[in-house]
Amino acid sequence: MSLSIRLTINGAPRDIALEDARVTLLDLLRERLALPGTKKGCDRGQCGACTVIVNGKRVNSCLTLAATLDGAQVTTIEGLATGDRLHPVQEAFIEQDGFQCGYCTPGQIMSAVGLIAEGRAGDDPERIREGMSGNICRCAAYHGITLAVQEATRRMAEAEKGDAA
Amino acid sequence: MKPFDFVQPRTVDEALAAWEPGAAWLGGGTNLVDLMKTGAVQPAKLIDITRLPGLDTIETRADGATRIGALVSNADLADDPGFARSFPMVAEALLSGASGQLRNVATVAGNIMQSPRDAFYRELDPPSDPLSGGASLAVLGTGGRFAAVNPSDFAVPLVALDAVVEVRGPGGAREIALADLHLPPGDAPGNSTALRPGELILALRLPAAAAGFAAHSRYLKVRDRTSFAFATASAAASLRIEGGRIAEARLALGAVAPRPWRVAEAEALLAGRAIDADLFAEAAEVALSGAVAVGGNGWKIELARRTAARALAMAAAGTPARMPALPASPFAPQAGDLIHA
Repeated sequence: MSLSIRLTINGAPRDIALEDARVTLLDLLRERLALPGTKKGCDRGQCGACTVIVNGKRVNSCLTLAATLDGAQVTTIEGLATGDRLHPVQEAFIEQDGFQCGYCTPGQIMSAVGLIAEGRAGDDPERIREGMSGNICRCAAYHGITLAVQEATRRMAEAEKGDAA
Repeated sequence: MKPFDFVQPRTVDEALAAWEPGAAWLGGGTNLVDLMKTGAVQPAKLIDITRLPGLDTIETRADGATRIGALVSNADLADDPGFARSFPMVAEALLSGASGQLRNVATVAGNIMQSPRDAFYRELDPPSDPLSGGASLAVLGTGGRFAAVNPSDFAVPLVALDAVVEVRGPGGAREIALADLHLPPGDAPGNSTALRPGELILALRLPAAAAGFAAHSRYLKVRDRTSFAFATASAAASLRIEGGRIAEARLALGAVAPRPWRVAEAEALLAGRAIDADLFAEAAEVALSGAVAVGGNGWKIELARRTAARALAMAAAGTPARMPALPASPFAPQAGDLIHA
């Protein structure tokens, strides 16, 4: 069986032939497309390390069969920065010490980007913690992660206000 | 994961024609793909229904009756302002389930069809002691057999509001009351529903009467941690209050039975009475009166009783102004804008 899909990954169109419908988006990114920034933690949708943005929404790439995604827009951690300029969420994670070992960090950052776009949490720490509960951090850097999401939310809102003015 | 054939039909007719024994419908896949990874489920063919047209809309009639397409995501339904205003406890239940990532993908039909979370259902080689662990063992509606609780939060308020499931299959179109969707446990601990082979859920429907409870509706979920965990006990409570008295009540419990557990006896007890904490305790007592502890989970019966009484009190206090609120926490104050403890 051969399935052809076209994905736009970090802005670049990619035509991909899948020999097997079992391939998840996570394995496709890491093993076939040389994008290992997205991490495999539990591989069962419980830890969030594999979080990427698909068609504007954060998803667990480990539970997403690549064959279902023909035509989709995918953003991974590799696609967040603009050249050498980090995304505001990446900057905030550095400034607020939002990580220790770093393994869960790409997933945390992509999840935060998705959460901020959803507009669900604002800068309320309780709502941020609830909104980020699909991302486990074994080093327990949760305090810094919450501060980073708060700061990035504020900074992105200010930047948007600046653009509008 | 075992190899499988993969097809992407473009119409419902094509999808129904593609079905054959051993095939499975693939919606969001958050439950199915996980079960396929462990080998607990091994479909020979996946029919990807996510490209089917017209199944991703929410339609509300002038009288409040609402039809939710099977492919609407959990997040999109909870975030729909009109839906959350009319059915606040449904939005609250949706947002108390899973994680942000999973809710973005999981469909409403997949939510009510999700399999029990006990290891017996989830692993290729289940533990020899089926249904181990009291938290997932049903205490009501088992007919004296071992059974795992239904894990859905969403289905609990839906069953309280008389939701109906629209299906189509080889035998044509029909409707199934959500209360009748999950079958009582048989001889083996199974996960059987009233769906016949080859039937596909097209939509969920809430009747007009369900929209009359918006001012006093809550879903309260108790679990081992504050977020991203299945319920150990939950309750959906709705009251229609007229002149300080309860004109009509709805009460359903979650994580206690193999199906979302509506308690008509407790509803009947509440109707026509004045709001009163002792009354809520009495109704909760009635709701759990037939419960039997299994595998040392007597704690679940007491927890469910207190959860039901608390949910009724929270509903009486009124739906929070900001909806969807954070999922209701048992530690939060009972009135006003709820926050987590």
